[in-house]
Amino acid sequence: MKVSCNVNVHHLTRVEGHGNIQIRIRNGKVETAQWEVVETPRFFEAMLVGKNWDNAPWICGRICGICSIGHTLASIRGIENAFGIVPSEQTRKLRILLKHMETLQSHVLHLYFLAAPDFLNLGSVIPLVEANPGVVKMAAGLKLLANDACDVIGGRRLHPTRTVVGGFTMLPEKGQLEAIKKRLEAAMADLVKTADIFRTFKIPAFVRETEFVSLGSAKEYPFIGGDLVSTDGVRKPEHEYRKMTNEYCVEQSTSKWSRLSRKSFAVGALARLNNNFAMLHPEARKLSESFGLEPVNHNPYMNNIAQLVECVHVTLDSIAIIDELLGSKWDEPRQPVTPKSGVGVGAVEVPRGILYHCYEFDAKGKIVKSDCIIPTSQNHANIQHDIEELARVSGDSGKKDEEIELLASMLVRAYDPCISCSVH
Amino acid sequence: MTQERTYLGVPLHKPKVAFFELSSCEGCQLQIVNNEATLLDFLSLVEIVNFREAMTERSNDYEIAFVEGSVTRADEITRLTEIRRNAAVLVALGSCACFGGVNQLKNRFHDIAWVKKEVYGKHPVETEAEAKPLEAFVRVDLKIFGCPIKKEEVEKIVTNVALGRPVQHPKFPVCMECKANENICLFDLGEPCLGPVTRAGCDSWCPNSRMGCWGCRGPADDANVEQLRNIAKKHGISAEAMLDRLECFGGFASHVDEIRGKAKAKKTASAAKGGVNPPSSPLGKGRRR
Repeated sequence: MKVSCNVNVHHLTRVEGHGNIQIRIRNGKVETAQWEVVETPRFFEAMLVGKNWDNAPWICGRICGICSIGHTLASIRGIENAFGIVPSEQTRKLRILLKHMETLQSHVLHLYFLAAPDFLNLGSVIPLVEANPGVVKMAAGLKLLANDACDVIGGRRLHPTRTVVGGFTMLPEKGQLEAIKKRLEAAMADLVKTADIFRTFKIPAFVRETEFVSLGSAKEYPFIGGDLVSTDGVRKPEHEYRKMTNEYCVEQSTSKWSRLSRKSFAVGALARLNNNFAMLHPEARKLSESFGLEPVNHNPYMNNIAQLVECVHVTLDSIAIIDELLGSKWDEPRQPVTPKSGVGVGAVEVPRGILYHCYEFDAKGKIVKSDCIIPTSQNHANIQHDIEELARVSGDSGKKDEEIELLASMLVRAYDPCISCSVH
Repeated sequence: MTQERTYLGVPLHKPKVAFFELSSCEGCQLQIVNNEATLLDFLSLVEIVNFREAMTERSNDYEIAFVEGSVTRADEITRLTEIRRNAAVLVALGSCACFGGVNQLKNRFHDIAWVKKEVYGKHPVETEAEAKPLEAFVRVDLKIFGCPIKKEEVEKIVTNVALGRPVQHPKFPVCMECKANENICLFDLGEPCLGPVTRAGCDSWCPNSRMGCWGCRGPADDANVEQLRNIAKKHGISAEAMLDRLECFGGFASHVDEIRGKAKAKKTASAAKGGVNPPSSPLGKGRRR
């Protein structure tokens, strides 16, 4: 059946930042299929030039409101690697815990408030407040727990205040960690309910083979630092991140694009899961299998389920980390910092995928050059090729404009794009 | 939505509210969504008709517009002007909207061509020479300070706006809140802090976590920046560290201009006496305002 279709989404809603989708099909033939990023650039990499090293985490955290903790931690890692600082075991644990809570907060926000309305044929979560207040309250409760934990560890849920090069300005009280642990244990029941809700959603059957890039580890499900891997078999050390990203500029986007072994690749929860499935917490792995999500999965809509699986993983891992922290005495929160000249890279898995910060310093610790490569900018080319493929298969499917528009919007939302972040 | 609110039996007006963002991290809007505990109450007070980050429905029929972000590209001026035309009350949400925020850090370079090249190489990209606050282009009725905004403060302000009550910001500095919170003075820990000159209202959010204030809320009434710089000097804190903080969010832009102006005059004078000129750099050659 031949269709004609004209889909024009200006400033896609329920995503962070500004992007447009255009699909034009005439008599079954795709004339246009485009993912356009129109976000205004803010020039963070230029802003930092000439600034002292300690400005970087504070300023760079402001690249993104949703993953400011991830940006701050990537910035800190880049600086620590440049100065040859190795964080203490206590700092390492607290940072992972803080990262986990940001991941939980961000994934819950995406799953319930941004993605779920599509599956329920709603424009937002607001109608659910009346129709199903229990579910909204549960979702808000999960988010609140994660955000409260970020306050306790990072000082603030958004643009954290305690995270600094060398460690933390202050440590949480053990009683606070105990309270968070109790709430995390209780949250597991809510995550099981969340899984039941998502089991009723019909995930579109769409597959396009691609390459998935993330941190890779044989010891843990990795979030901070380590080797960079791809499902096509590429493996690079952290400091060679540019060989993984290969950024270039394109006309249709104020964000740069990336490629590796193919014309595009994907990062994010699905990429992490595809590369590190065996390292997931057994409970999370079991949940993943129950959704038929096993590596290598090439359905981008399954990123939603991968996020759900990660919610379970980070919750259970956080409980274990808190147990370890409670079982040992507090060390000094912070170690001294001596700046030196050199280059440092920090690779951190933030909710939407792998994030890189790289800084070059002079002998006094002044920033000579900086480079931040955002997960969503690495995903843009892959989204573009997915949209093309979606348009192609829609061309002879007999679907109405609204259906194609919804599928395309859901496709972009599945990546949970952070568009203003990708332009920065 | 939920049951209509009444006061002494009279139905309360539920204003139509819209949220917009220009160049920003969208963190201030996220802070509104982050009001998990009170979100439902908040939703019963206002009718949200526009919130792209959270909902698909859109409308141009609104009374109160909250605008996050600063203006950095010509098309944003058009959008902002249109929002101003539609809204009875326009609220600048957060430091980017109030002062330019971190975005205005690019303004300290005199050469926008260099800024573009540093990030995009030869690829052409459109941007204004300077990131500016909303009031450089439109009338702003109310400012909500902070990077990020503080949800408790926003709720208080929004309630007042919805009920038609006046909104007053504290005139005193963050330092007073910090003292009341019985924090260790950051200066005594050798940390830079703008608490003595920054407008209160955040309950000394950063110093509570032993992070000195970065001045994201802009100057308090009668802020004495000169005196603060002397205090910092006595504590062995470098003038540069204080300047970094003063210029971070744009609230102290006029003070920064003055300090840089003086430093430049001093350098010119010493150069005339046979001193060494600074190496050529795109930095610090004066800002256009």
